[in-house]
Amino acid sequence: MQGPSDFELSRRKLLLGTAASVAFGAAPGIADAQTPAGPAQAATAPAISMSKVSFNVNGRVRELALDTRTTLLDALREHLHLTGSKKGCDHGQCGACTVIVGGRRINSCLTLAVMHEGDEIRTIEGLGTPENLHPMQAAFVKHDGYQCGYCTPGQICSAVAVLDEVEAGIPSHVSADLNAPPQLTNAELRERMSGNICRCGAYSNIAEAISEVAGRPA
Amino acid sequence: MKSFTYERARSPAEAAATAARTEGARFIAGGTNLLDLMKLEIETPAHLIDVNGLSLDKIESTPEGGLRIGALVRNTDLAADPRVRRDYGVLSRALVAGASGQLRNKATTAGNLLQRTRCPYFYDTNQPCNKRRPGSGCAAVGGFSRQHAVVGASEACIATHPSDMAVAMRVLDATVETVRPDGPARTIPIADFHHLPGNTPDVETALSPGELITAVTLPKPVGGTHIYRKVRDRASYAFALVSVAAIVQRDGTGRVALGGVAHKPWRIESAETQLPRGAKAVTAQLLSGAKPTRENAFKLPLVERTLGAALAEAKG
Repeated sequence: MQGPSDFELSRRKLLLGTAASVAFGAAPGIADAQTPAGPAQAATAPAISMSKVSFNVNGRVRELALDTRTTLLDALREHLHLTGSKKGCDHGQCGACTVIVGGRRINSCLTLAVMHEGDEIRTIEGLGTPENLHPMQAAFVKHDGYQCGYCTPGQICSAVAVLDEVEAGIPSHVSADLNAPPQLTNAELRERMSGNICRCGAYSNIAEAISEVAGRPA
Repeated sequence: MKSFTYERARSPAEAAATAARTEGARFIAGGTNLLDLMKLEIETPAHLIDVNGLSLDKIESTPEGGLRIGALVRNTDLAADPRVRRDYGVLSRALVAGASGQLRNKATTAGNLLQRTRCPYFYDTNQPCNKRRPGSGCAAVGGFSRQHAVVGASEACIATHPSDMAVAMRVLDATVETVRPDGPARTIPIADFHHLPGNTPDVETALSPGELITAVTLPKPVGGTHIYRKVRDRASYAFALVSVAAIVQRDGTGRVALGGVAHKPWRIESAETQLPRGAKAVTAQLLSGAKPTRENAFKLPLVERTLGAALAEAKG
């Protein structure tokens, strides 16, 4: 496996390269956002506010000192190198960044890392390993619940949490009776998964994978 | 995103005091709307006060027979509460009609009320917007206005309020409890909480600087059949073109509020006397004085038909 420092180096080189190529034609502000602050920019750039946070990721306590602006998604990907969680839209619209915090699925792009002091965070890396897949991961493989795979970690984290939500009796928009335990029908499943977009359109296979884990035919 | 300092609040009163004396301070709870807007630099707080640690996450029965919902109760928990499902079904229905499972797990009761509009011109910082930059004009007037308001709008702003939950709160006569930095706690009827745009569309609520919502209280249940019917461009995870929150009693009387048509949840109590006469009569009064654009004129018949469908559903 690639060491964290190697990863950081290669990524920084990549970002520097991108920033340099952008700087020729674009507003300076765009280059600033991707270039580490040099002496020339230090005079005008506002002070960066840092904050410490400690949380548990996949069973391991992690302590970080972060720019307060760092989202949970960026903390996971860029600081802890858990790149399974994906950045799709970065605005809570696509669900590719879905992780499970305190047992609940959330969009990790729409929450600040510093807001998660003491929280238990589970990412796709914490669900299973290539040798020992989580049942939901195995079902996605079996039913071909993806094409390009970019949305898949978010889909799987979301699906795992959906089954818990149904188990807990949380109603959905398509639940016929608010006061009866929800059933995991295909309509329920599709409604509950609507926060996870798959541009390849693997929805029917995703639905089959989740249904199998839930123990029901799709 | 602009840089900001960050602190965790220790008490509602202290949070309110800090917010009032700190330039550019904002509260953050669920953050699902605020962070979205911060990334686009539509919101640029200099200081964030994280209120998540305040113990405002309980749903308690009130002596009057109602429910007091803590400001930090998540949308998922509010929708799933057995008392809400049983006695305030319109609220559960409205909540699960909004956003996605992930967002509802984060979004709070107070934050939902404080959502900003999803007007595309408010989101596009290259466009004039009186809400985002007072005095700059409104690009939605004469622009792409299919989603916009048909009643209660002004020349300065034709944006709609995006919340489903707030429409149900309006039909339930909820009250908003707050603490203020330099005054006693107060309660604001939901009818007065959201403002119409007028000449100051940037002033969206009755809250004063530093004022923090601590709870939303529901009066005792009114019975009846509870319906929330939402019409949107796709079946899930989209904002309303039109929504109807209705509570209908056996004798045909009841209450109605609309979403997706105005700058605030839209309810005209006097129109409700027409309920036994049907959707057409109610809609005529609810939307009297409506000034739709060419692109959103479809909302007028859509309100009538959606209300008609809701009333038919109530009859069973």
